[in-house]
Amino acid sequence: MNGLSDNIELLTPEFALAGLAFLVFTVDLFLPEGRKGILAWLSIAGLIGLIVLSLVMLWDEQESLYDGLLAVDDFALFFKVFFLGMGVFIILSSMDFVEHRLKHQGEFYGLLLFSILGMNIMAQSRELLTAYIALELLSFSLYVLAAYAKDSAKSNESALKYIIVGAVSSAILLYGVSMVYSTLGVTKFEDIAIGLASASEVAPALWVGVGLILVGLMFKVSAVPFHMWAPDVYEGAPYPVTAYLAIGSKAAAFALILRLVMEGFVPAAERWEQWQLVFAVLAAVTMLVGNLVALAQKNLKRLLAYSSIGHAGFILAGITALSTNSDLASNGVMFYLVGYSITNMVVFAALISFFNMTGKEMIADLGGLANSQPFLAACLGMGLFSLAGLPIFAGFTMKFYLFTAVASEGFLWLAGLAIFSSLIGLYYYLQVLRQVYIEPTPAGDDGGDLLTEHPALTRRPSLSLITVLGTGAAAMIWLGVYPRPLIEAIEAASRALVG
Amino acid sequence: MNGFDEVALLLLIVVPLFGAVAMMFMPGDESEQTWYFAIFIAAISLALSLVIFVNYDYNLGGFQLSNTYEWLPGPLDINLSLGIDGISAPMVLLNGIVLLGGVLVSQTVKYRTREFFVLLFALSAGVYGVFVARDLFFLFFFYELAVLPMYLLIGVWGSSTDFGTFLRTKEYGAMKLLIYLVAGSILVWIGILALYVAASDQGFATFSLDGLAQLARDGEFDSNFQTWVFPLFMVGFGVLAGLWPFHTWSPDGHVAAPTAVSMLHAGVLMKLGAYGIIRVGMFLLPEGADNWMPVLITLGTVNVLYGAISAMSQNDLKYIIGYSSVSHMGYVLMGIATLDNVGVAGAVLQMFSHGIMTALMFLLVGAIYERTHTRDINVLNGLASRMPANTFFFAIAGLASLGLPGLSGFIAEFLVFTGAFRTYLPLAILAVIGAALTAIYILRLLARTFMGEADERWADLPDASPVEMSVGGAFVGILIFVGVWPDPLLRVINVGVSTIPGV
Repeated sequence: MNGLSDNIELLTPEFALAGLAFLVFTVDLFLPEGRKGILAWLSIAGLIGLIVLSLVMLWDEQESLYDGLLAVDDFALFFKVFFLGMGVFIILSSMDFVEHRLKHQGEFYGLLLFSILGMNIMAQSRELLTAYIALELLSFSLYVLAAYAKDSAKSNESALKYIIVGAVSSAILLYGVSMVYSTLGVTKFEDIAIGLASASEVAPALWVGVGLILVGLMFKVSAVPFHMWAPDVYEGAPYPVTAYLAIGSKAAAFALILRLVMEGFVPAAERWEQWQLVFAVLAAVTMLVGNLVALAQKNLKRLLAYSSIGHAGFILAGITALSTNSDLASNGVMFYLVGYSITNMVVFAALISFFNMTGKEMIADLGGLANSQPFLAACLGMGLFSLAGLPIFAGFTMKFYLFTAVASEGFLWLAGLAIFSSLIGLYYYLQVLRQVYIEPTPAGDDGGDLLTEHPALTRRPSLSLITVLGTGAAAMIWLGVYPRPLIEAIEAASRALVG
Repeated sequence: MNGFDEVALLLLIVVPLFGAVAMMFMPGDESEQTWYFAIFIAAISLALSLVIFVNYDYNLGGFQLSNTYEWLPGPLDINLSLGIDGISAPMVLLNGIVLLGGVLVSQTVKYRTREFFVLLFALSAGVYGVFVARDLFFLFFFYELAVLPMYLLIGVWGSSTDFGTFLRTKEYGAMKLLIYLVAGSILVWIGILALYVAASDQGFATFSLDGLAQLARDGEFDSNFQTWVFPLFMVGFGVLAGLWPFHTWSPDGHVAAPTAVSMLHAGVLMKLGAYGIIRVGMFLLPEGADNWMPVLITLGTVNVLYGAISAMSQNDLKYIIGYSSVSHMGYVLMGIATLDNVGVAGAVLQMFSHGIMTALMFLLVGAIYERTHTRDINVLNGLASRMPANTFFFAIAGLASLGLPGLSGFIAEFLVFTGAFRTYLPLAILAVIGAALTAIYILRLLARTFMGEADERWADLPDASPVEMSVGGAFVGILIFVGVWPDPLLRVINVGVSTIPGV
C-alpha cells in the first residue's frame, strides 16, 4: 500500500508543466503589448525541457502511484513525450496566427499547456474518475481555446456547440462511471476487468454503464454517430486550435481508450469478444461516413474534420483488434496515432500558412498555390498523399501496419472495408491536390491588394511555420521509409499495457 | 560475391530515388541543366540495369544478387529482400531502356521541369522496386510508389483534347487512371492481408515471398482459400495490365499524358500488372491459378479482339496506340494463362517487346503532335515526305506490332500462340484473328498518316531531331535485334519461367 507521498517525485514533469503554465500566465502580466511573442518561446523552451526531463527521469520506470490510480510506465512516457512534442509544434505553428489575429496571447499558451497536462494525465490514469478529471482539464482548456477569436461569431458559435456537446458527453461518461461503480463497486480498470470476468452473468446495469462510458468517449474521438459536433467546431475555431483539436485531443482520447480497453476489457476475454463486435461496427460506420461525407465538402477545415472522423474509424478498427495474445494491434494504434498526428500537423501548418497569407479557407482558394508557393504546395501535397496512405510517407506504413493487425485478429472484412474507405479518401485528398497543382490561380486574385486591406496578413510563411513544415515532412518520410526506431519505442510502450 | 553484386539491386532503386531528391535542390528555372542531370541519372540506371541483366547467370537460374536488409523484425517480420530471376531481369532492362528514352525526349518539358523529373524518377524507382522485391510488403510499397506520381504527371504536364463532340480533359484522364489503379491495388492489398493471415494461421507470419512460396509448395494453403484469393490478385494486378473490362483508364490516360509518361506507362508500368500476376498469383497460389486460368485466357482473348476492334475505329493517334496496347497486353495475359512453358515465356517476351515498341510509338506520336498540333489521322497525311526518319521508325514499330517475322513482336506472339494452341485451341484461333486485325489498324494508321500527298500545312515540318533520331534508332535496333536473335533474352526468360509452379 502506497502512501500519498510515496514516489511522488515521479510526477515531477506534471508539476513542472503546471508550473510552466502558471509561469506563462504570470510573465504575461509584466510583458508590454508587442513583446508577448516571448511567451511562445518560453512555452516551447519549457516543453522541450520537460521532454528531456521526462526521458531522463522516467526511462524504463514501471510504477503505480496512489494505490494504482496513476501509472508511470513506458506507455505513459511514450504518450507524454508525444504530447509534449506535439505541443511544441502546435505552438510553433500558431505563433503568427495568435500574434496577428488573437488577443490575450499569454492565456492562449497557458491554456494550451494546461490542456497538455490534461492529456498527459489521461495517458497515465488507470482509474475512471482520474481519467474523467484529466479529460475535463483537457476539455475545458479546449472550450476556451475554441472561443478564442472573441470577435468572430463563428468562433463563438463553435465554442458554444463544443461546450454543450462536450458537457453532455461528459455527463454521459460520468453517469456510466457511476453505474459501473454501483454494480461492481470499483473504478480501477484492472478491477473492472476482474469484475467483468468473474460474474457469471453481467448485470444489465453494468452493460449500460460500460456502454455509456464508451458513448462518452466516442463523443470525444468523434466516432459516428457521435460526430456531428466536429465539423462545426473545426470550422469555427481559430485555425491553430482546429489543428490542435484534430491532433491533440483525439490522440489523448485514444490513449485513454487504449489503456481502458487493454486493462479493463481485454483481460475479460469472453466479454471482450462480445464488445469487439460493437467496436467493429462503430469503426466500420465511422470510416465509411467520415470518408463519404468528406467528398461533399468545400471548406478545408470541414474537409479535414470529416477526414479526421474517417481516420478515427481506422483507429477504432485497431482498437477492435486489441487482444491479449499479441501486441500487434496496440502497436498499430499507437503507430497510427503518431503518424497521423505528424501528417496532420504538416497539412495544418501548410494551411495555416496559407490562411496567414490570404485569410482564405476554401478548397477552391488554393488554386495556383504550387506556382506562388512551391514549398508550401510540396509540403501540403506530401501531407495529403500521406493522409491518403501512399508511399513513401508515414501514411502508407501506418495503414499497412494497422490493417495487418486488424486482419490478423480475424477481422479481415474490417481491414478490407478500411482499405476501401482509404480509396474514397484518396479521391477527396486529390481534389485538394488538384487545386494546388493543376488549377490556375483564381481570377482577380493577386494577393497584393489583400495585404493592404488586411494588415494582419503576411507575405510569406513565417520561419516557425517553415520549421514545422520541414521537420514534419522529414518525419513523415522517415516514418514511411524506416519506422523501426519508432516501432521499437512503441513496442516497449505496448509491453507496459500487455504486461 | 563481390561488393558490387551485394548492392547492385539496392542501387537500382536508390539511384533514381537519389536523382529525385537531388533534383529538388536544383535551381528551379534552369530546365536545360535539369534535363542534363536527369539524363545522367537515367543513364546510370540503364547502365546498372544492363550490367545486372548481362551478369544474370542463366545456367545457374533461380534468384541471384539476392540480399536481405532487416527492416522491421518482430511480429510483422518485414524485410527488404531483393533478388532477381529470369522473369524480372528482362523487365529491369526494359525499365532502364524506356526510362532513358523517356528522359531524353523530355527535352521539350519546359514547365516546372524539376518537379516533372522528380516524379518521373520516383515512378521509375517504384517500377524497379517491384521487379526486384521479394517481400510482399515492399512489392506493394513500390507498386503504389509507381502508381502515385501518375496523377500529377498527367494532371500537370498532360494535355486536354477537344474531340469536337466531347472533351477529354487531362484532369479527367488523370483521375480516372488513378481511381482505377488504386481500386485495383485495394484488391491486391486485401489479397496480401489474406495471405499473411493464412500464413500466420500456419504459424509462419511472414510477408516474404520465398517463405510464402515455400508454404504454397508444402500445400499449406488449401484449395478453397486459393480459389478465392487468386482472383483478387488477378483482377487487382490485371487492372494495371489493362485487363478487359477494366482497361478503360488506359487509352484515356495515355491520351492525356505527356510523351515520356505515356512511354513509361504503356512501356513499363502496364507490365507491372502482368508481372504481379505471375510473381504473386502464380508463385504463391498455384492451385488458384489453375482454377482461374480459363477465365483469364478468355478475358485475355477479349482484350486482344476488343482492343484491336476499338483501335480500328479510332481517329486519334494516341487512342489507336492506347487501344493497341490493350490488345497487345491481351497476348501477355493469354500467354500467362496458358500455364504452358512456351506460352508464359512468350508472354514475358511480349512484355519486353511491347514495352519497347509501344514506347517508340508514343515517342513518335509525341514528335508528330509537337510539330503538327494534331493527332487526327483524318487531318494528317503524307508525312513520309516531310519526316522520313520518323516514318521509318513508325513503320518498324508498327510492323513489329502486327507481328512481322524478323521483328521482336513476331517471336513473342508466335510463342504465345504456340502455348495457346497446345492448351486452348479455339481461343488461340480467335487470337490469331486478332493479330490480323492488328494489321488492319496499323496499316490504316500508316497509310493515312504517312502516305499520300502531303498537305500544304505540313510543308516545313522538320524531320526527327538528333534526340529523336538516336532514341528512335536505338529502339528500332532493339526491335530488330530481338526479332533476329531472341536467344539472349529467351534463355534468361526460360530459366525464370521454369521455376513457376504448375507450368
